[in-house]
Amino acid sequence: MSRNLVVAGHGMVAQRFLEAFADRGPDGWTVTVLAEEDRPAYDRVRLSAWFDSYDAADLDLGGAPAGVELRLGQPVTAIDRDRRVVSTPAGETPYDVLVLATGSRAFVPPISGSDLPGVFVYRTIEDLEQLKEWSTANGRRVGAVLGGGLLGLEAANALRLLGLETHVVEFAPRLMPLQVDEGGGAVLKRHIEGLGVTVHTARGCAGLEGGPDGVTRMRFNDGGELAVDVVVVAAGIRPRDELAEAAGLAKGPRGGFLVDDACATADPAIWAIGECASLSVAGGDGVCYGLVAPGYAMAEVVADRLTGGESKMALPDTSTKLKLLGVDVASFGAPFAPGLDVVVTDQVTGVYAKLLLTDDAKTLLGGILVGDASAYPTLRASLGGPLPAAPLAMLAPAGEGGAKMDLPGTAQVCSCHAVTKDHVTDAIAGGCADVAGLKTCTKAGTGCGSCIPLLKQLLAAGGVAQSKALCEHFTYSRQELFDIIRVRRVTSFSELVSEYGSGRGCDICKPAIASILATTNPGYILDGEQAALQDTNDHFLANIQRDGTYSVVPRIPGGEITPEKLIVIGEVARDFGLYTKITGGQRIDLFGARVEQLPVIWQRLVDAGFESGHAYGKALRTVKSCVGETWCRYGVQDSVGLAIDLELRYRGLRAPHKLKSAVSGCARECAEARSKDFGIIATENGWNLYVAGNGGFRPRHADLFLTDLSTQDLVRYIDRFLMYYIRTADRLQRTSAWLEAMDGGLDHLRDVIVDDSLGLCAELDAQMAQHVTAYADEWRATLDDPDRLARFVSFVNAPDTPDPDIKFEVERGQNVPTRQGPVPVTIGGAR
Amino acid sequence: MTITTSTAYWTTVCAYDRLLPERGVAALVDGVQVAIFRTYDGDLYALGNRDPIGGAQVMSRGIVGDRGGVPTVASPLHKQVYDLRTGECLDLPGVLVPTYPVRCEGGLVEVLVDRL
Ligand SMILES: Cc1cc2nc3c(=O)[nH]c(=O)nc-3n(C[C@H](O)[C@H](O)[C@H](O)COP(=O)(O)OP(=O)(O)OC[C@H]3O[C@@H](n4cnc5c(N)ncnc54)[C@H](O)[C@@H]3O)c2cc1C
Ligand code: SF4
Ligand code: FES
Repeated sequence: MSRNLVVAGHGMVAQRFLEAFADRGPDGWTVTVLAEEDRPAYDRVRLSAWFDSYDAADLDLGGAPAGVELRLGQPVTAIDRDRRVVSTPAGETPYDVLVLATGSRAFVPPISGSDLPGVFVYRTIEDLEQLKEWSTANGRRVGAVLGGGLLGLEAANALRLLGLETHVVEFAPRLMPLQVDEGGGAVLKRHIEGLGVTVHTARGCAGLEGGPDGVTRMRFNDGGELAVDVVVVAAGIRPRDELAEAAGLAKGPRGGFLVDDACATADPAIWAIGECASLSVAGGDGVCYGLVAPGYAMAEVVADRLTGGESKMALPDTSTKLKLLGVDVASFGAPFAPGLDVVVTDQVTGVYAKLLLTDDAKTLLGGILVGDASAYPTLRASLGGPLPAAPLAMLAPAGEGGAKMDLPGTAQVCSCHAVTKDHVTDAIAGGCADVAGLKTCTKAGTGCGSCIPLLKQLLAAGGVAQSKALCEHFTYSRQELFDIIRVRRVTSFSELVSEYGSGRGCDICKPAIASILATTNPGYILDGEQAALQDTNDHFLANIQRDGTYSVVPRIPGGEITPEKLIVIGEVARDFGLYTKITGGQRIDLFGARVEQLPVIWQRLVDAGFESGHAYGKALRTVKSCVGETWCRYGVQDSVGLAIDLELRYRGLRAPHKLKSAVSGCARECAEARSKDFGIIATENGWNLYVAGNGGFRPRHADLFLTDLSTQDLVRYIDRFLMYYIRTADRLQRTSAWLEAMDGGLDHLRDVIVDDSLGLCAELDAQMAQHVTAYADEWRATLDDPDRLARFVSFVNAPDTPDPDIKFEVERGQNVPTRQGPVPVTIGGAR
Repeated sequence: MTITTSTAYWTTVCAYDRLLPERGVAALVDGVQVAIFRTYDGDLYALGNRDPIGGAQVMSRGIVGDRGGVPTVASPLHKQVYDLRTGECLDLPGVLVPTYPVRCEGGLVEVLVDRL
């Protein structure tokens, strides 16, 4: 007989529990989830990322595992423990085992006016939707956040992004009073004020005033006042334990379902996990944990217990590392315990660090980092043990000092998944050769991600030479080769391979070097020795197809084309019997051209004003556009005009991989700009720039990079983004993978491109200017030169004879290759 | 390889200068498609032009290089690498393209194709 497992709540912890339970593959259970919210579990930790896209799908956690019945919008309203049934508005559901995972609610302190329109909390996607709608309405100018903790600062950033003048009000004398001490709080405050946020510390809110049209004023306990249009209350959270009393379940001292270290309540059929649980370990008082990692640990414990295991909760690690308004903040261990402390404050760079050691200075108890948290993974893993290096050396900015840090094997490297250094080194010994491999076999790095730098160090230390070598001919990475070529002014492959490599190259290094040379020495790419470096697509300026014919793709900037030009394409296709298809990039692909036909076809296209579309190259492909403000009644900017300008600016730009772009005329995003390497979406005030999106095999939404840019600034930042990518990416690494692998990610990119932290911008700008000036249409240059045309023959000894093995049949009125011989296993080649 | 003298003789294909170092050309020799390559040091190699995996006549358009010192060409369709001396595929053991004798005589490239 099957047993009924009922889960109350479908939040992050419930989702983790369901996955952990399903992973153990238990038989004989019927699993039902009763959820209050109308959407399946989403990533609440990343809730603020909703403001990047206004798309809830970005936070999706993948839905309940197969076989689980998920009933949305069905909150549990009562538990009848005698009959073992729970009630929802729809009726009763029997259980044999009940897991409570109801999370927390935002705590709203009892102040007058907290129920006025325009006062919000910050907990669910709906909260954010309402906050946005209210804040972006006409005339709303000033926003205040009650609470200067983690949540409050996230909410403050949201108000900034919504374009409001932003205030943070904190009762305690410093920001983030739970995580940082006075020194850290002061540094944090300076950072945040630097972003234009007004911080009121040691100041309480005495009441809110306003009327049916919304809140208008905040009164402080010191008599002061502030005119406000929006208020977000982020004054803490309270466990959702309202089911406890009526059901006769015990609560912890500060609320929450009281559970022991197995997460069991006093009723053997009922368990509680996540923020709603008040966990009592080793007979201690019950404590509710407002972080996801302890909740995940509880989910694993209960999944294990229900399938016959014996696991128990240890005291959860409440270490946190966050980026709040672009400032790194980390707190780990017990930073407020008595002991010896080592404090570093650097007013100039805005860095504060404190380590707390036992009195004999041998054991690390905890610490706080503000402004630079790069030492966090190593420090956290050293908690409770000796420091791997002298305290000051460990706090020195990354790269300096270079202290060698040896962690003990039992040190926890990944606290989200309780993975120790030994687990990781075993996995490396067992063949894991990169971070992706470690993620799959140990789960380390798949939670908050903050341990990834440490995983990389362990890989390096484990002798997995994280080989950056391009191929057997070069021990250098693509980026290193780029620098060598640029600094040493290398102009040919032969020079490079004889001085910095070995052998004669291969199909990996040759096209990669050809691409670098195209950037450093722009111009025609097919002359002299460079001709031998290109793969067949670049060599014939066309895309090879499965039957050895090529496709022809003229450039149609922005997807805009006159009827006359459209007719020329049609005539060429008809006259040469080319299969014709409209591409996803808003242009037209003509298939089935033999090598010796390419020059004749292109002569006609060039005569009609077309130029190469570089569909064959690792280069800019297209800049798609929607019709924009010119025609569309929603459009706010001229998206077609911008797309054409951008496509003409970057045409012919060779890169580590293909580059795609799009421009949408308003937030409705009809051009799908967020799936592109660089995407632009028009706003009332200018342009929002998104970077590192990708369609294809591993889709990724582009990240919002900069907002409300003028056209001039937009172009400048795209110039730099592209050139920095071209310089530093690996071979065949799309911008998405490049950004994901970048230390510091989007913030680092912004530092380099906007704040010029590496002093590179002038060079990047100059390089792009050089590209723009040197651009010439490759097809025209080829047609103008008989020597260059000589290669376009099927047979060197019979120039006019077509390849007799190329045969077509007719499908839906067009020529397609006759399938003959073995059919290829995969469909490769550039697209 | 066995060459039966009665059915094979040298065919002139093109001037040696017509070949770019480390690039190939295709030639049609009595109905047989041959890919001819000139390596960096000036040596000549000839293979069948048909890619045995993809089936198209494209081997002459691959990138020429070396692997561990062995002169190679990579198929332009799916990038498998072949030994220019023996025609063996270095990535998929057992896959083979035919090889043909090739030489330079008086500035002209000649291949020997076994006609049936
Ligand atoms: C803006 C923000 C930022 C955060 N940042 C971080 C961070 O950086 N690091 C970190 O560790 N944590 C962070 N957190 C906290 C983290 O999100 C929570 O610890 C985590 O979501 C807790 O998961 P849970 O499943 O216990 O609760 P929840 O995710 O809240 O899920 C509980 C679910 O149960 C539902 N529910 C409640 N009562 C009932 C009922 N009676 N019947 C049915 N369903 C019910 C609720 O509607 C909810 O959907 C953040 C939280 C927020 C709001
Ligand atoms: S993105 Fe906006 S402007 Fe462009 S077509 Fe769609 S609705 Fe119109
Ligand atoms: S510490 Fe969070 S993923 Fe490893």
